[in-house]
Amino acid sequence: MSDIILEMSHITKEFSGVKALDDVNLQVKRGQIHALCGENGAGKSTLMNVLSGIYPYGSYSGEIRYNGEVGQFHNVKDSEQKGIVIIHQELALSPYLTVAENVFMGNEQKSFKGVIDWTKTRTRAKEMLAKVGLENEDINAPINSLGVGKQQLIEIAKAMAKKVELLILDEPTAALNDEESKKLLEIMLELKKQGITCIIISHKLNEISYVADAITVIRDGKTIETLVKGKDEFTEDRIIKGMVGRELKNRYPERTDCKIGDVIMEVKDWNVYHPDDAQRQMIKNISFHVKAGEVVGFAGLMGAGRTELAMSIFGKSYGQKISGSIKIHGKEVHIKTVKDAINHKIAYTSEDRKNYGLVLIDDIKRNMTMAALRNFFSKNGVVNSSEEIVAAEKYKKLMNVKAHSIDQTVGSLSGGNQQKVVLAKWMLTEPDVLILDEPTRGIDVGAKYEIYCAINDLAKSGKAVIVISSEMPEVIGTCDRIYVINEGKIAGELSKEEVTQEKIMKCIMQHNGKENKDGE
Amino acid sequence: MENKKTVNLDMKQYGMVIALIAIFLLFYVLSGGKNASATNINNLIMQNGYVVILAVGMLLCVLTGNIDLGVGSVVALSGAAAAILTIDMKLPVPVAFLAALAVGLISGIFVGFFVAYLDIPPFVVTLATMLMGRGLTYTILKAQTKGPLQPDYTWVGAGFLPTIKVPFGNGTIDLICILVATIASILLILSEIKNINTKKKYGFATNPTWQVVLKIVVILAIIWFFFFKIATYNGIPYVLLLMGVLVGVYHFVTSKTVAGRQIYALGGNAKAARLSGIDTRKVFFWVYTNMGILAAVAGIVLSARNASATPKAGDGFELDAIGSCYIGGAAAAGGVGTIMGAVVGAFIMGILNNGMSLIGWSTDIQKVVKGIVLLGAVTVDVLSKRKKA
Repeated sequence: MSDIILEMSHITKEFSGVKALDDVNLQVKRGQIHALCGENGAGKSTLMNVLSGIYPYGSYSGEIRYNGEVGQFHNVKDSEQKGIVIIHQELALSPYLTVAENVFMGNEQKSFKGVIDWTKTRTRAKEMLAKVGLENEDINAPINSLGVGKQQLIEIAKAMAKKVELLILDEPTAALNDEESKKLLEIMLELKKQGITCIIISHKLNEISYVADAITVIRDGKTIETLVKGKDEFTEDRIIKGMVGRELKNRYPERTDCKIGDVIMEVKDWNVYHPDDAQRQMIKNISFHVKAGEVVGFAGLMGAGRTELAMSIFGKSYGQKISGSIKIHGKEVHIKTVKDAINHKIAYTSEDRKNYGLVLIDDIKRNMTMAALRNFFSKNGVVNSSEEIVAAEKYKKLMNVKAHSIDQTVGSLSGGNQQKVVLAKWMLTEPDVLILDEPTRGIDVGAKYEIYCAINDLAKSGKAVIVISSEMPEVIGTCDRIYVINEGKIAGELSKEEVTQEKIMKCIMQHNGKENKDGE
Repeated sequence: MENKKTVNLDMKQYGMVIALIAIFLLFYVLSGGKNASATNINNLIMQNGYVVILAVGMLLCVLTGNIDLGVGSVVALSGAAAAILTIDMKLPVPVAFLAALAVGLISGIFVGFFVAYLDIPPFVVTLATMLMGRGLTYTILKAQTKGPLQPDYTWVGAGFLPTIKVPFGNGTIDLICILVATIASILLILSEIKNINTKKKYGFATNPTWQVVLKIVVILAIIWFFFFKIATYNGIPYVLLLMGVLVGVYHFVTSKTVAGRQIYALGGNAKAARLSGIDTRKVFFWVYTNMGILAAVAGIVLSARNASATPKAGDGFELDAIGSCYIGGAAAAGGVGTIMGAVVGAFIMGILNNGMSLIGWSTDIQKVVKGIVLLGAVTVDVLSKRKKA
């Protein structure tokens, strides 16, 4: 069982000049469970998309050898024909179709030229479900009547129906609770016995060290090392070290002459429930504060609840049954709408600037003044377009937005410049508290540096800044104080002096462990 | 660089105006000059008044990325209500007009409520009001035409402002028309000068002088052509005055006010608009309420022009209004479009209709041509954008 099913060598993939993968090598042995580890944005998902043909052959350089043959996959169908199936983090199920229909979606059981054979569909669906431990499931129930855990298993059943040889699971347990996760891991071990090879991407290191036979660590688009069970040390600490061990030199401009003053915003006992599910608590009793001139970080893994926390504070833009108190400058305030939040001098820049931050078809000027229009650029409801142009020109220069004019549409700008426009938009509302959600996501190193400088300037001018980031070095490099958030709770608070990536990771892991015990 | 950008932006607007003039000239040749006669120019205004009024309201709906299918029925229903009140109940005309506006207001609030606060897709809500409005019109009119309406009613749609006619050439010319045209010309030039001065005061780049002059010359030429023609006819129709005021007000609201900006922001990206402090529900509510009121205005004008209310009145007007917006450069996805564009679009449709009637094409063929022009205009628009991107 030592032959190699998959070998990816010297894979390099660029996105408009930025290398997402840089000479990556990966060897997977047949019948093993191989884990891919790395921080958010390290390139794990990109690598798997290359393998499954989502990024077609020719759009990357390097070679894929699968079962000894060179693989040239132009689309997902090509790779599926060879038995490679990828299950994405976002489930690809059609919510109103039945379980059986979903199992054979795109792979319909036909009797004759496009006519569906329902008997075959149902009997084979039952077989597939049995393989993933769902033999008692009603195959005629619509899929949305099932929980996320079962849906995840049905995705695997769907893969089994395609005669899978190599199954790729991207963060399969991210949305699952512990019991469901455990079941999924057992199923994976079961599949392994049946001779199916698995590649699993996961942040949950305890799960990985439980199921994996080998672990490849990816960092900044490069393969760092591959750990093999029984040969190398296989502990969480060892994996974390591989994941984060990068040198940080001058990537974060230093903040000098910045005085930290009084508390500006204080949030107490904040609770939020999921907008569609009143039973599911997303934020549990979170309390925190920010001071003038202070940059506070919210660290944590994806789905920890940081964005949900920020948006629920920002005019109840997320969730329901929100409770807790917000004090601004020591006075309790009631913020019911975004307008209230703006009037109380809070600003929030979304992690998803294209969908939640900008009107892409509109120009730089109008995007910049969008949030401040009512309070600063109009009189009796009539816009003073001249003042607007002056302000836009000023901030274009201040933020160094690279565009030929303020009349250029923001959709045509690069990600970094779009982010600068978003920042300018909120600076124009003259806020005291700025919540920046993933302010450097998907932008190049140069623009990142400029954003960090802007954050420093904001802090120096006495504003309170909250930085939400999944990139731990960024949180460490920019923040005075860090709250580690995990599963909707504050798992710990670390000061600039004591914080390291290992400590943040440990904080999360320990908190996970504690939660698990509490749950049992 | 800045100037170059301005030229590009303006060209799109001018493109429509050029198309308008080209179509007019085409039919001038085909009809042997009939379409430029004073009578016909007057007819053009009278016939298209309500389409322009509806297009102005519809543009706001289109800016949000939606449409209102119910306007044709609201036109009929409000006209019918006013006609019944004056003819059957002998109520004074102003009361009837107010009642018609109330009908529009209520239907607008009805649509606005479902769209904004219950999140029902506008297509569905307005399809429902289209059916309901038409059905109610047939019911209250007992499926019969109500008329004739008296002159104290019909002046809105068929009347003219007072005139001072003096002999001119073979006929007469109305001095009021000339006066209004002169005032409009002076105001236009003054506003352009003020615009340039503001730009200079703030140190902004200004458009090249030749462009500004050319723009003013073209606009003045169109204004004087129209006013000269109607001056040799009966003077200024009330419809033109009403149209002018509405177009002016809505142009101002959409281009210069916070409320207008909010509509554009909502249409461009509703989620971003909401996170920028814009109450998107409120914007939706007012856009549809406003559409209802304007549909009622159009209903009054139409019934006045026909001197009667018919159950079939306004049939298909919603499509003319929507078509006008799209021809005028508005994007179906929302966030893009101007009042002036919609007005030009309405006139392009109007001139096409009118021209084809003059050269004796049947209404059946007219529909085919209108369909082709709508599709062509939007296709050209979409393709030109794709090239730029």
